[in-house]
Amino acid sequence: MAHAMSSARPMVAESAERFGTEKRIAGINILIAFTFLAVGGLMGVLQVLNYNGIDLYPAIKPVLPGGYYQGLSLHGVLNVLVFTTFYIIGFLTFIFAKALDKPMASPAMAWVTLGVMTTGLLTAAVPLLLNQATVLFTFYPPLKASSLYYIGLTLVVAGTWLLLVNMILTRNAWLKANPGKITPLPAFMALVTMSMWTIATIGIASEMIFLLIPWSLGLVQGTDVILARTLFWFTGHPIVYFWLLPAYVSWYTLVPQHAGGKLFSEPMARVSFILFLILSVPIGIHHQITDPGISEAWKLVHATFTFVVFFPSLLTFFNVVASLEYSGRKRGGKGWLTWIFSLPWGKPEFTTQVVAMLLFAFGGIGGLVNASYNLDLVVHNTAWISGHFHLTVGTAVALSFMGITYWLVPHITGRALWSRRMALAQAWTWFVGMGIFSHFMHELGLRGMPRRTMIGGAPYVLDSWKVLLPMTMVGGLIMFFSAALYYLNMIMTISAGQKDSRTQEVVFAKAVSGPEDVPAILDRFTPWLAVAAVLILVNYGPTLFNLVTNARLNIPGLSPW
Amino acid sequence: MRDNSKFVSYLFEVAWILPSVAIPVTLFVAVVITAFAVGIRVPTDVGRIDPQALAQTAPFDKPGVREMAPGVYEATIIAQVFMFTPNTIEVPAGAKVTFSLTSRDVIHGFKIEGTDANGMVVPGQITKVTATFRTPGEYLIVCHEFCGGGHQTMYGKVIVK
Repeated sequence: MAHAMSSARPMVAESAERFGTEKRIAGINILIAFTFLAVGGLMGVLQVLNYNGIDLYPAIKPVLPGGYYQGLSLHGVLNVLVFTTFYIIGFLTFIFAKALDKPMASPAMAWVTLGVMTTGLLTAAVPLLLNQATVLFTFYPPLKASSLYYIGLTLVVAGTWLLLVNMILTRNAWLKANPGKITPLPAFMALVTMSMWTIATIGIASEMIFLLIPWSLGLVQGTDVILARTLFWFTGHPIVYFWLLPAYVSWYTLVPQHAGGKLFSEPMARVSFILFLILSVPIGIHHQITDPGISEAWKLVHATFTFVVFFPSLLTFFNVVASLEYSGRKRGGKGWLTWIFSLPWGKPEFTTQVVAMLLFAFGGIGGLVNASYNLDLVVHNTAWISGHFHLTVGTAVALSFMGITYWLVPHITGRALWSRRMALAQAWTWFVGMGIFSHFMHELGLRGMPRRTMIGGAPYVLDSWKVLLPMTMVGGLIMFFSAALYYLNMIMTISAGQKDSRTQEVVFAKAVSGPEDVPAILDRFTPWLAVAAVLILVNYGPTLFNLVTNARLNIPGLSPW
Repeated sequence: MRDNSKFVSYLFEVAWILPSVAIPVTLFVAVVITAFAVGIRVPTDVGRIDPQALAQTAPFDKPGVREMAPGVYEATIIAQVFMFTPNTIEVPAGAKVTFSLTSRDVIHGFKIEGTDANGMVVPGQITKVTATFRTPGEYLIVCHEFCGGGHQTMYGKVIVK
């Protein structure tokens, strides 16, 4: 397998089954992702119960000695760091190779990617489970976790970089074999996603390597809190696009196919992704609008650029809905809106992702509020924020990823989905449960309820919160039921699904306006990476220069849990 | 939106792109007006402090509330696990209060329910937030950043008479 490391060499390592490696990589990644999501998700159920005075933590003290906040750390880390990252690496590896119709240049490197990430995951899991890393998924210093936690998470991130290297080698070989051709859209999108992510992770990697790891090992006595936070959010905002763009890959290149139609415009899809490549990183300070130590001028600049990144999301909205309309009309739909009823609502891989899009629209609008500079004073660190990202990462991303598995797991295993009706019920119950949960979290946030707080133990709960809190439990329990349907269906598919050769087809959507309309500049990387680098230097340069030159590693840290 | 009608598609695209540009621009204008004409500002860079020397550093050597001018007050509050010092302050109705905040240990949050006062309280840094209390009553202050096992018990009050 190691022979294939060089991109110039022809593929010598294809296994007996074409794309066998990619399928196995995707399968194992998805299995890890959903195994850990199950644990993280259960913690969420405990939290809404606690909100409503039902405290199950004493009953599980032997396995969860840290109670609410250890559970909350697991909920955040497993759901948005582990589930997302493992799923995305598996999914993009598969999609990239499949779209180029060319196995990854180095299968060995693909396995090393998985190996490094898994080593990191297990390393970080030990302190998490031992209540030695109850610092939530943001791990803001000077809350001090076991060094294994920081080292483990760093390894997970470093592992993902190898996928980018492998993708570049594979695309170079593809370009040599296909001179003058435009990179197929799904592969281009996967490469944009991993390029953006690799640039973005410079922040978190620097935070870990220069600040948190030496500090947690005792090599330096203290840390600089604002510098660490700023490096964290350098990665912390673009990470949401790292979660979202793979869902967009599916919405653009697979959902129109599920719908029986075509993508509306490939050039527009590329413009949207290129804008994400340019704009995802230089806006991270909008998460620090209420921070001291950063000038309000740069906060305003980052808020403004966040409004600009709303634009590619609106392009996506237009393009995806236009694709759905094309499909609806092709299937005989008529009228301004009644074509919607002609869409294939009986197909779980279609319906799951479309209901995810519906809730995402509200998530996008809420995101504009969060980024709106002084409007953030109303919502910052309230339950509104948790309500917001349960629509985005918790639905647009997580529910789409589930929807993808409704065809991808059958494809990988060769077994038909066990119950299509159960899958449809899962999609709609998630939609309803999350709709309720998220709505009431937004409402509670507007009434001042803090996020990441054990409300069940707080002495200050206001009457205006008490009347709304029960609905968070209603929503949470509906989601719990939805998740149970998902896991039952998946376990039955893997273990008892009928062998079905039709699962072996993967077809990407054609486009009404396709590759023939793509100007060469929309298939290039260097000019756009240069623009991205300039914007990052301009938007982050002065703030980071100021923070680094004035850094004082004098805050000792504490583990007060 | 027929396959053969690229011109109609083009019109649809333009009809969508115009509001897509107009919405962010409108938001930007709204933010600038409310921030600089109305004066709803966010915390900014006001200087560092040594968290080990709070007892020797004004104004944190004497936490509490002081009247600076008629109706204008300054409140100095230190956050630490899991309390604010002081945790209750009293001002008359109509008072405009600027809060100077810092932390002795880890990151805390500071939000006064029903006002624009919202800031992160960070060891080594000073946070300034301002609120005007027009109506008499009790305003809840919560720590809204996870600061450890007793985080949910960390709160305070502004009593407006």
